[in-house]
Amino acid sequence: MDKLVNDFSFGLFIWQIILFLLLLFLLRKFAWRPILNAVNQREEGIKNALAAAEEAKKEMQNVTADSEKLLKEARTEREAMLKEAREIKERMIAESKEQAKEEGDKMIKQAQAAIESEKKAAVADIKNQVAELSVEIAEKVLKEQLSNKDKQLKLVESMLGDVKLN
Amino acid sequence: MTYITKFSCAVLLFIGNFALANDIVQHSEAPEKDTKTEIKEYIDHHLQDSHDFTLFSSTDESGEVHHYGFPLPVILWDGGLKVFSSSKFHHGEELAEVDGSYYKLYHGKIYKTDSSGTISYDEAHGEHPTNVRPLDLSITKSVVMMLVTGLLLVWLFSSLAKSYAKNGSIPKGIGRFFEPIVLYIRDDIAIANIGEKKYKKYMPFLLTVFFFIWFLNMFGLTPLGVNVTGNIAVTTALAVLVFLLTNFTGTKDYWKHIFDPLGDGMPWYGKMVIYIILVPIEILGLFIKPFALLIRLYANMTAGHVVLMSLIGLIFIFKSWVGGPLSFGLSFAISLIEVLVALLQAYIFTMLAALYFGFASEEHDHDDEPELAHL
Repeated sequence: MDKLVNDFSFGLFIWQIILFLLLLFLLRKFAWRPILNAVNQREEGIKNALAAAEEAKKEMQNVTADSEKLLKEARTEREAMLKEAREIKERMIAESKEQAKEEGDKMIKQAQAAIESEKKAAVADIKNQVAELSVEIAEKVLKEQLSNKDKQLKLVESMLGDVKLN
Repeated sequence: MTYITKFSCAVLLFIGNFALANDIVQHSEAPEKDTKTEIKEYIDHHLQDSHDFTLFSSTDESGEVHHYGFPLPVILWDGGLKVFSSSKFHHGEELAEVDGSYYKLYHGKIYKTDSSGTISYDEAHGEHPTNVRPLDLSITKSVVMMLVTGLLLVWLFSSLAKSYAKNGSIPKGIGRFFEPIVLYIRDDIAIANIGEKKYKKYMPFLLTVFFFIWFLNMFGLTPLGVNVTGNIAVTTALAVLVFLLTNFTGTKDYWKHIFDPLGDGMPWYGKMVIYIILVPIEILGLFIKPFALLIRLYANMTAGHVVLMSLIGLIFIFKSWVGGPLSFGLSFAISLIEVLVALLQAYIFTMLAALYFGFASEEHDHDDEPELAHL
């Protein structure tokens, strides 16, 4: 302790105080303030950049979610449309089938009616022809009989064979 | 490994004794100071401040000592300002006469003497001169080193600050090394001990004190051999600044903690008894804290220098092929440790200063105070 007190130089103490305060003042003004400000600014910048990146990421997620939603909607819409189209198609087919059937039925009926009337006409015609033929045959037979008895018979027979064909 | 160490220690002791015996024989023939005393004096001289900047000294064949270096200005206040060059003292060998007064440099201190330069001694203590010591404001070796360090710091860190402006907040060159340290002091010393709210006020002081001590510690390890941070006046000045800054920025809570540490936790008659002991201790603590700071730095740096120089001195004591390299190896290892100590002591000083500032600027949350008081 005695040595410490003896070694203590008051002049050096004063110099140290003065020089240190001067150094403190100079460094504060020209070094520490600018350095700490720059560092703070930089850190703030980094923080902001990170926040912005986070925001962008969120936005991106929103966008993807939106597009996905849109895609989903589009898909369901397409499916609905396809379904509708299929239904329409089926309905159309069914309708046309029914129509065709009706038309066919109608045509068949008409055809049947026509056939019926034709048949009636034909029958009537046959009847007339048979009557005419009979009259002709009878005429010819009568003529043959007048010349040859055998020939007359043969003619009658052949005439009858003809009639059978009709 | 340990075997080899033990062996070499044994050899060292053995040969060392021989060498020492040799020395004693030598010195009995020539009545000079023996090497040990010479080394002790040299170390003592080195630890002290000096009025001239000596780079090295040598003794020629005729026994005359030559000093190589440059003189520094001496500034005395002795009934008026007296300024002269320290070359007038011729390294303490001659009296300096200025304006009719005579001054003598004796063991690194300037005393006022008569024209013949007599130094009278204190009877009781023996070694202390009783001559008048004028107020010595000289630019000593330590002051020069502080100036050099200060200029270096200003240049280094203002260029770092400028490089931020130029490169868009990105450090360049040496700044890349110093910036993490600045940030460490901010984040792990200032903010950790003082708190987010108030640390900014103390940052310039903490940064300056850290780099100032660190750089001076490192300069002390160079062959320039300046022991600035191991000088009690320098560490006292730093501690005084810490003390003043702590107590002038102290909050109401800080003072309340000193004069009324128990708060509402105890009735006044109970406090009376305890405070007779507690308050003086708290007040004493105000002074002990910075005192511990100044002694810690002084003792660590001085001890480092003493150990290093003693180990180097061993080379000259042993004067042998084993002792020399071994002392060299040891002093090299200690040097490496001293590099670490230089940083560590700067860190500890800054850390503790920040801790004291933290005490001074603390503000209690008044809501939970009664709860704390009951604990």
